Amino acid sequence: MPDAILQVRSVSKSFGSVAANVEITFDVARGEILGLIGPNGAGKSSLFNSIAGADTPDKGDILLEGRRISGLGPVACTRLGIGRTFQVVRSFDSMTVLENVMVGAFARVTRARHAMARALEVIEFCGLAGRADVPAHALTPPEKRRLEVARALATQPRILLLDEMLTGLTPTEAQAGMQLVRDVRARGVTIVMVEHVMEVLLPLIDRAVVLHLGRKLREGSPQDMVRDPEVIRAYLGERYVA
Amino acid sequence: MRRPGTSNVIIRRRRRELVVGAILLVLFVLLPLPIGNTYLRGLIVLTLLYAGLSQGWNILGGYCGQISLGHALYFGIGAYTSAMLFTVLGVPPTLGMFAGGILAGLAALLVGWPCFRLSGHYYAIATLVVGMTALLLVQNWDFVNAAMGITIPFRADSWSDLEFRVAVLPFHYVMLAYAAVAWLIAWVVEGSRWGFYWRAVKDDATAARSLAVRVFPSKMAAAAISGFITGVGGALYSQYVGFIDPDSTLGLSLSVLIALPAVVGGVGTLWGPLLGAAVLIPVQQLSIAWLGSAGNGIDLMIYGMLIIALALARPQGLVSLLGVRSQAGGEVAESA
Amino acid sequence: MTAAIVLQVAIGGLLMGLIYALVAAGLSLIFGLMDVVNFAHGELLMLAMYATFTIHQALGLDPLVQLPLIALLLFGAGAAIYRGLIARSLAVRFNTGMVQVFVTFGLSIFLVGAAQLVFGSDFRAISDGVLSNRTVAIGQVVLPLAQVAAGLICLLAFAALVLISRTEFGRALEATREDREAVALIGIDRDKVFSVGWGIGGAAVGIAGVMLSNFYYISPTVGSNFALIAYVTVALGGFGSLPGALIAGVLVGLVEALTALVMDPSLKQVGIFAIYVLVLMFRPRGLFGRL
Repeated sequence: MPDAILQVRSVSKSFGSVAANVEITFDVARGEILGLIGPNGAGKSSLFNSIAGADTPDKGDILLEGRRISGLGPVACTRLGIGRTFQVVRSFDSMTVLENVMVGAFARVTRARHAMARALEVIEFCGLAGRADVPAHALTPPEKRRLEVARALATQPRILLLDEMLTGLTPTEAQAGMQLVRDVRARGVTIVMVEHVMEVLLPLIDRAVVLHLGRKLREGSPQDMVRDPEVIRAYLGERYVA
Repeated sequence: MRRPGTSNVIIRRRRRELVVGAILLVLFVLLPLPIGNTYLRGLIVLTLLYAGLSQGWNILGGYCGQISLGHALYFGIGAYTSAMLFTVLGVPPTLGMFAGGILAGLAALLVGWPCFRLSGHYYAIATLVVGMTALLLVQNWDFVNAAMGITIPFRADSWSDLEFRVAVLPFHYVMLAYAAVAWLIAWVVEGSRWGFYWRAVKDDATAARSLAVRVFPSKMAAAAISGFITGVGGALYSQYVGFIDPDSTLGLSLSVLIALPAVVGGVGTLWGPLLGAAVLIPVQQLSIAWLGSAGNGIDLMIYGMLIIALALARPQGLVSLLGVRSQAGGEVAESA
Repeated sequence: MTAAIVLQVAIGGLLMGLIYALVAAGLSLIFGLMDVVNFAHGELLMLAMYATFTIHQALGLDPLVQLPLIALLLFGAGAAIYRGLIARSLAVRFNTGMVQVFVTFGLSIFLVGAAQLVFGSDFRAISDGVLSNRTVAIGQVVLPLAQVAAGLICLLAFAALVLISRTEFGRALEATREDREAVALIGIDRDKVFSVGWGIGGAAVGIAGVMLSNFYYISPTVGSNFALIAYVTVALGGFGSLPGALIAGVLVGLVEALTALVMDPSLKQVGIFAIYVLVLMFRPRGLFGRL
């Protein structure tokens, strides 16, 4: 794919005797919103962690802008432009929203005043402006998810990995979340979203990569995925229509 | 970038802290003047020393979350370095204390290197053992006079030598300067990138790493600063008391006493060590003087009970009583 | 320095090591249970020794006879410490780990002061017990009977601990350590389990104290020295591991004794600490520990 910002090449990862990822290959185009989907146990999380640098693939490579990032670790990956959120929100509970986001901003600046300015901008962008001085543990669950995004955004990522960001939200909250994702993309950030419930994601993503039992099953437009018999079979037994 | 309605709460808070610090400084400058009693003046001197020492400990233990039970090592290094430089080479302690601080800081880095990958209790015990080892070694090290200790010779009243024959007052100002500088270092560091990183790592190291926080270097920085401050305190102590030996500068009880004010006052806070020192040191010293002089142990019993009571009753530290921002839970509602 | 002397020193060290192992086992059990390091553990030893001494003076009971009594007493002390202090420090909402460290530290300081108050700082000793002033000779190796007996009794006590860990209670202990929330659901009373666990830890150190009082001096600060060795032993063997405590204890005893042979005796602990540092660097969780 021309102008691919991220290239996943034959990535395989096993945990003990369990093969979580088997020779996964796909590209992520610059500026797109890509959905990484599949039923539970498909291997989305381990692939996610490999891209974010939290894990190292056993085989294969992951390239960011042509540069190999697999195995560099989370700190280096973030510096090179990978941002990520966590499925179970990991906020710094003893710190306020502003302080949380400043930690992210400090990845790019060293002076506290500069970090604060950048953090305030990101907080406003993510719709948390009035909550900047609230301790993170006092936020509502949707606000905590926004904080996750804001924090990662403050590191000025080129590509943002969102881990089940829309799961378990009410329809209104999900709509707001999807708008945020679109806004982030409009800022110039490529987005990869992991979800296991497809219908939430379909209106949002440009393309989808479907994983099943550790392998890449299909990739293509959301409309094609919905009609693909293989994909449907993979989800058989799961509630497909909400 | 200031916008109406968005926060410069942090900025305002920090300015407030500076103002309060300045007021306290002025108060303590004036405090000893109406007090003529030498014993009481000495009590305040000790309190200020421990306030500074504990502030130094707090940087590693409170902000960074690494509970060190062996900080006497750095105190001892500072004390012995300054004392040896003075007695053997005639280096004035005003310079020697920096040498002591730097050596102590380096020692902290050396200790931190293998120990920082230990979690919680393993780390605490490792620092305990390191401290005990140092005590044992120095007790048998003839170059520094082993267990017999070093007596600082008195030459003449002098500020550069930090020696004053009778007056306690000059030492009050020396220790006040020490406590004030230690506080200031903590204030600067708390609002700096390091300060944010330490708190983040303490809350969730994995999330911190995903935000490009390099955990190990941040801990090493904390160790170096903490060790330096503690070492300088040790050097000042050696000039104040005029005599040092392994037991008084490297013992476990000293390590605990360095940590306690911060723990009791509120770990990871700016005012905790000051408050804790102000409560603990007078109580400890007075109970020794009034009750424990016969070695009957009552002072220890009181001291022990006090520690237990304060730890259980106010685990978030005494600062929470003042409505000051305590470390857990962000900004406490601004009290009147 | 003949082979016989080295052998004698080594066996003496091994016997001391068995005592260290028992003291460490109590500590390790408690840590394994609930992630709590008991910084007053040495003072429990001191308590046992003073109790043995006092009863011996007052009632003429030989320390050996007092074993079950002191074990029971220390069991109660351990459980009481849990109920009175530790349970409260674990219930605290902030800084739980630190509170627990300093609460047990405060307790240790308190106990030393109390011992000073009641008994004074002078060294005491039991010199007229059944085991005192007798030696055992095997070939060229001559050892104090009291020390041999201590080693053997501690080994037996250790075996008892291992047996307990295999019983249903032992498994409840293990389960409670693994998942404290879940065990409540299946009807295991966490507080009871923890109390008994602390009690067993106390009893273990109590037995060691009784045997020590036959040949070791008794003073308010005697506990701190043993405590330090116990921490090192547990860290060496691995927190929460009984086999680790045994192997590490014996190792520590041996190293300490042999170091005293080649170095100034006042430096004998340097050997132990050196090993500890080495283990720290290459295997931080100890020989058998789980992180």
